[in-house]
Amino acid sequence: MIYLPHTDEDIFSMLQVLGVDNLDDLFSTVPEDCRFTGDLNLPEALSEWELNDHMSTLSNTMAVSPEYKGFVGAGSYEHFIPASVSYLLGRSEFVTSYTPYQPEMSQGTLQAIYEYQTLAARLLGMEVATASHYDGATALAEALLMAVRITKQQKVAISSLIHPLYRRVVQTYFAPTGYEVVELPYLNAGVTDATGLDGMDDLAAVAIQSPNFFGCIENLQVLGQKAHDKKSLFVVSFTEALAYGLLKSPGTHGADIVGGEGQSLGIPSSFGGPALGILASGKKHMRSLPGRLVGKTKDLDGKTGFVLTLATREQHIRREKATSNICTNNSLSALAAAMYMASVGGAGIRKLAQLNHDKAEYLKTELKNAGFGIPFHSPTFNEFVVEFPSGFETTHKRLIEKNIIAGLCLAPYYPELANHYLLCVTETRSKNDMDALVREVKS
Amino acid sequence: MKESLGATGLLLNEPLLWEKGKKGRCGFSLPRRDVEPCPLDEALTRQGLDFPDLSEVDVVRHYTRLAQWNFGVDTGMYPLGSCTMKYSPKTNEKQASLPGFTGAHPLLPSGLSQGALKMMFEFEQYLDEITGMHATTLQPAAGAHGELTGMLIIYAFHKKQGAQRSKIIVPDTAHGTNPASVSLCGFRPVPVTSNEQGILSVEAVAEIMDQDTAGIMVTNPNTLGLFEENIQKIAQIVHAKGGLVYCDGANMNAVMGVVKMGDIGIDVMQLNLHKTFSTPHGGGGPGSGPVSVAKHLEPFLPVPRVVEENGAYILAEDYPDSIGKISAFHGAFGVIIKAYSYIRSMGPENLKKASQLAVLNANYIKERLKGTLHLPYDRPCMHECVFSDKHQAAQKIATLDMAKRLMDYGFHPPTVYFPLVVPGAIMVEPTETESKEDIDQFIEAFKAIANEAKEDPDLLHDAPKSCKVKRLDEVTAARKPCLAG
Repeated sequence: MIYLPHTDEDIFSMLQVLGVDNLDDLFSTVPEDCRFTGDLNLPEALSEWELNDHMSTLSNTMAVSPEYKGFVGAGSYEHFIPASVSYLLGRSEFVTSYTPYQPEMSQGTLQAIYEYQTLAARLLGMEVATASHYDGATALAEALLMAVRITKQQKVAISSLIHPLYRRVVQTYFAPTGYEVVELPYLNAGVTDATGLDGMDDLAAVAIQSPNFFGCIENLQVLGQKAHDKKSLFVVSFTEALAYGLLKSPGTHGADIVGGEGQSLGIPSSFGGPALGILASGKKHMRSLPGRLVGKTKDLDGKTGFVLTLATREQHIRREKATSNICTNNSLSALAAAMYMASVGGAGIRKLAQLNHDKAEYLKTELKNAGFGIPFHSPTFNEFVVEFPSGFETTHKRLIEKNIIAGLCLAPYYPELANHYLLCVTETRSKNDMDALVREVKS
Repeated sequence: MKESLGATGLLLNEPLLWEKGKKGRCGFSLPRRDVEPCPLDEALTRQGLDFPDLSEVDVVRHYTRLAQWNFGVDTGMYPLGSCTMKYSPKTNEKQASLPGFTGAHPLLPSGLSQGALKMMFEFEQYLDEITGMHATTLQPAAGAHGELTGMLIIYAFHKKQGAQRSKIIVPDTAHGTNPASVSLCGFRPVPVTSNEQGILSVEAVAEIMDQDTAGIMVTNPNTLGLFEENIQKIAQIVHAKGGLVYCDGANMNAVMGVVKMGDIGIDVMQLNLHKTFSTPHGGGGPGSGPVSVAKHLEPFLPVPRVVEENGAYILAEDYPDSIGKISAFHGAFGVIIKAYSYIRSMGPENLKKASQLAVLNANYIKERLKGTLHLPYDRPCMHECVFSDKHQAAQKIATLDMAKRLMDYGFHPPTVYFPLVVPGAIMVEPTETESKEDIDQFIEAFKAIANEAKEDPDLLHDAPKSCKVKRLDEVTAARKPCLAG
């Protein structure tokens, strides 16, 4: 086996040092009745070349670009990733190291994560971003638990236009805590209806996603004000980080904590994971943040260096009183995002975000002109909802035969929205792709 | 001893990203604009974004230089105890980067994602077989996330029984994340001390197990690298009082094909794919923490589950007792591909052999270093062994000094000051992928350092000397945090 370097001679001489006759006898402290004496029932080993064939067969069944033209976003977005990012991300010094517990040997990871924290904070208009969380959903759940800890209130109000799957993860995290989750309905304009807040007291947080699940841009200024009027923290979530290349940041609108998904920043969809949970707050709350943080410091010679810091919040020091149980996070995803943000740059990210918006507007207008309904009139970024005639399910299936995936059916998530589909257009879809989609849905 | 690995390399200085670049540069090939501009209302848009503007070359040099300041398993031996820093096979990276996988949208109709679903289905079965458990979920994104999932399952189980319980027993040799995972679920961790042999005694558990205790969370093999020999009797005691047994399976690399946790009374456990199943650690993730359960806990697993129906694979949601979703989508799919490839490349015999060799390497280090370093529990270990700095105390040399000096010899230090039950702990986990020559060199390095501790202790106090930076001021970093530039 090419990953196991021991020769028979090595094994023999090492066993001799131990005074043990064979490899099985190394397990003398495992009681007989705890031992499994059979053979594992697993497929026999494949050679590297057999594995290549096997994995190609599996991956070839998947409907992906460029053969398929997908118009689905909903929390996972197809964006171009420069070859330089993928290449640099493959550097094994980054890939095969671990959490930088020994900073002198991990300055590469540490500086890169410090830079990631900085760029993520700038993108969101916040002061501090953590080194990463698992995904947008868990970042939001942790943000809400953090708000509960800070305010010592036990109720949170979350918009029903937060990604439905994120809300389910929040429910899972909250189930054993006894804290209450109240959902805010939505208005005809496709944005959150916050009037219900008026009757609520003792709120730890009001959580809003923008752009929301319908793609609509929320009025964070007004919603943040409402949250603060209720003396609760304002938590902002997002699934499409690229939107903030163009839109005013959550920080500008007074967000106290931001928890969302950074997959759009140079990370492939990869069937939903690994993703990148981004969690950020103001300095005021940094000691309540869950997760790793990298800080700048000096070495003995006065040279700048970086270390993991504020560890007293964390599980390995504080045990059960920690701000979270998170240990391994998604560091390499954060590194990908940093490389991506560095490559796109300040001017580039705005152009790219604008292009996403403009393409989505083009398709929206074309579909509208073709007679389909655009039920929500709030401005959108790169996703929007379309109401198709009843029976569109058949058309959707027919389009799949033609390698077009015409959006995500909303009915499973919002039963009142039969025949409504969520469509997404990023820079990866051309005008021709969009024209083909419109032509096909019309026919 | 062969020439030491430690040397001064050619390391270049590199400023922070935003100290480089110039307005007008860009490292991203902007796609062609084939639609008309359509400006958004200015009230919605930001003024600009303070990101550096860099060319592709700027970016490439920046990260190449940073990479060179890092040490990874591909650089050398990284015997970080409890972390299983084994070699990550390169073919696994290749498989995970196949366009059919990287490009796959997580909400694709199942008819368009059969390959991914088939792989997940098979992988769950492999993990069931390795653990001896009944069913597995791949949704948890890391080990601690798996622990949380397991605790939520225990919580849901007791709730379904109609009587919630308030406590979980957590031994002092458990992983650091365990008490935090317990309290996230609203349980109170009740500590139990291991005995003089470094393992749990039946009596200690019997004494505190009661009807208000939801279960026990055992790391097995434990963080002293010792197999919990009394696990079956402990499980009986916990079960007799209606509790469940959680096994932190982060140390499964010691016992693949040797012990099936499902056969020895474990009800629920997590596996760390980035440890046992060779997926790279990525500087701190992404990992993956599948959870395997016994039959009576299957109804509580997260949804959706991958199910086979007439030869096709579908995602099934209809499990009313499920704890719900623990990740937005299907977990760290890209990591799962690598672990799947690993199991397919290894096959059953090599997986068992990997565990045997991991245990061989650890015992060999234990045996050859035990005169040099204090060994608090002198008995056969599993995949890792724990020393302390007791012998060096007379020279005022602490674990940290020896750890830092190891860097100058070209090794990543072991885990230090953990587990907490051993003061000044040095926790060495070589893994099976280190050859005898490398291990011998590591042993010789440690012996040389112990010698230096006697003859020239300042060499240790001043270490490391050959890294990019010297010891860093962590106290000021925490007192006056600077977390962004």
